Amino acid sequence: MTKTTKTISSCVFALVVAAAIVCVGQFSSPSSMLRTVLQMGAVYALIAVSMNLLNGFTGLFSLGQAGFMTLGAYAYAIFTIPVDARDGVYYLTGVADWLKNFSLPIPVALILAGLVGALCAYLVGIPVLRLKGDYFAIATLGFAEIVRIVMASTPLNRVTNGSMGLTKIPGFKSYYGIFIVAAICIALMVLMLNSTYGRSFKAIRDDEIAAEAMGINLAHHKQLAFVISSFFASIGGALMAMYLNAVSATTFTVAVTYYILLIVVIGGMGSVTGSVLSAFLVIAAKEWWLRPLDQEQFIGGFKIPLLRSGFRMVIFSVILMLVVLFFRRGIMGDHELSWDGIYGFFKKTLPSLFHRKNKTQDPEKEGGANG
Amino acid sequence: MAEHVLKIQDVTMQFGGVVAVDNLSLEVNRGEIVSLIGPNGAGKTTAFNAITGVYEPTNGAIFFHDKMIVSNHPQGKMKKLYKGENNGKYPKVIRKTPDKITRLGMARTFQNIRLFKSMTVFDNVLIAKHLRRTSNIFTATFRLNYKEEKKMREETMELLRILDLLDVKDEIASSLPYGKQRHLEIARALATNPELLLLDEPAAGMNPQETDELTAFIRRVRDEFHLTVFLIEHHMNLVMDISDRIYVIDFGKLIASGKPQEIQNNPEVIKAYLGVADDE
Ligand SMILES: Nc1ncnc2c1ncn2[C@@H]1O[C@H](COP(=O)(O)OP(=O)(O)OP(=O)(O)O)[C@@H](O)[C@H]1O
Ligand SMILES: [Mg+2]
Repeated sequence: MTKTTKTISSCVFALVVAAAIVCVGQFSSPSSMLRTVLQMGAVYALIAVSMNLLNGFTGLFSLGQAGFMTLGAYAYAIFTIPVDARDGVYYLTGVADWLKNFSLPIPVALILAGLVGALCAYLVGIPVLRLKGDYFAIATLGFAEIVRIVMASTPLNRVTNGSMGLTKIPGFKSYYGIFIVAAICIALMVLMLNSTYGRSFKAIRDDEIAAEAMGINLAHHKQLAFVISSFFASIGGALMAMYLNAVSATTFTVAVTYYILLIVVIGGMGSVTGSVLSAFLVIAAKEWWLRPLDQEQFIGGFKIPLLRSGFRMVIFSVILMLVVLFFRRGIMGDHELSWDGIYGFFKKTLPSLFHRKNKTQDPEKEGGANG
Repeated sequence: MAEHVLKIQDVTMQFGGVVAVDNLSLEVNRGEIVSLIGPNGAGKTTAFNAITGVYEPTNGAIFFHDKMIVSNHPQGKMKKLYKGENNGKYPKVIRKTPDKITRLGMARTFQNIRLFKSMTVFDNVLIAKHLRRTSNIFTATFRLNYKEEKKMREETMELLRILDLLDVKDEIASSLPYGKQRHLEIARALATNPELLLLDEPAAGMNPQETDELTAFIRRVRDEFHLTVFLIEHHMNLVMDISDRIYVIDFGKLIASGKPQEIQNNPEVIKAYLGVADDE
């Protein structure tokens, strides 16, 4: 394919996706399943890409995603709950005085949420990034738990509303808001990953010792990757709070981190398009396609055995296990979805506006990228 | 007096009770090709690792262009364990991580090839250009560094052209034949714009013909890039052919140094190598 046909194809594809989102927005009822799946899918896609940036592209196996989501969600909620709704939300303990008449516009609060996560990542990263492999994973997991406990602790009652959490969190008026924010964030990450910094992150993943010998400052670059990933994970958490209109210390448990990790693994470690695709697929499967399994069903008078509430999650878990056992490279491997890819060739970069041409012919990876 | 690029002074590297490099002193002068040889386990790679910042020497100092870049003396537990000499001669403690040392103008290859396996040949070399960047994460993300990026890419292409890797530039590094991977590792090291190139067994696993080609290649690289080369090698033909001077170590200790002919006839050296041959 020539560059122009590819650009045209990419534009057409982007338009089709946008049109689909608009159609759903225009013609479906506000409570339709398709809407839920698309919106939640967009939020999870953002968070999955942020996790992939760290785990798949930099080779730092972090399990702290839920912690940063909690931070982002709380930061966003605390600064955006409408002033006149505050007394209702903090009905037990009352609001801290400095918060009483203080409320930020949504975009400002979103960026603030990201910055809070980034700052915490910076501080936590100083000791934690010295750890290698499993120890780093455990430390970040511990960090996420600490965040949850701190948010629910009594001394913070007048700010975080303790274990009751926060409600009445405002969201975008428009249904498109979440898509726009998620798309901007993912685009920024893709731009970064295709820059000289993204390349050095991948170098660290491939061989830390060689990367350092080539003049890449490991401490600095790992810190950068950790801060950037956390910034976007926090924004993802804020979007989630927006979507749910509520957040509490139990919203983002370790299970959420595993869930995102599975999205990343199914999509392919080191593939942005893989993470995005897989986020929508996994959400659709969990929230929608597997739903019928939760209801008793009859075929010609026979009651199908096993189908009852909760069965959906059993099947879901089995599918995930099968993927991890037999399909470890995920949908995309570490390749990106591209037009050449669709035509049987495989390219390394995104087929979007910012792609760069680097043909890769690795027969062994074709299977992974084909699926 | 020749100007020395690298000078190692009384460097001892001790791991627990094992003295891998023992009071090693040597110099590499501008424009020279100097070899470091010795039997297996003599401590050659360890010496390279101490020079490039992978390890911190237990004792001793390292100079690059007469500037002290590394210096250490036994500390902590090592105070009691230390078996080497010249304790107390180097009171200063100067540490540098490998990336800082590379930035000073020293680049290396590894004994067991360490390429960025999942990346293309082109990207492998391009990454080594990262350390001379002037962009930060924001200017790079928003492509405000496009001029610099373009220059990096052009220089990479030029380097690949000079080193005959242009035809494989889009291949995945790990899919190259072994000999080419060694060339690529050298190309990647050159991309950091070094003055001193450290090669750890560049001919390992090569047949005689490939070794001859490599000999010519190293000479050509030295001349074209005005480099100084310090290399570890077991292929004696290559070593005798290419070296201006040779250092020989055994059990971490320097046992001989001099011009190739002197080394060839040195009884100590013959004994060290024969001793190993007897063990095998
Ligand atoms: N990190 C380490 N910890 C403990 N001992 C080490 C370490 N690195 C090297 N050694 C020891 O130091 C000695 C020298 O090893 P080194 O790899 O430098 O040898 P070499 O001369 O490069 O040998 P070869 O020709 O086989 O590459 C060996 O006995 C090795 O076991
Ligand atoms: Mg060695």
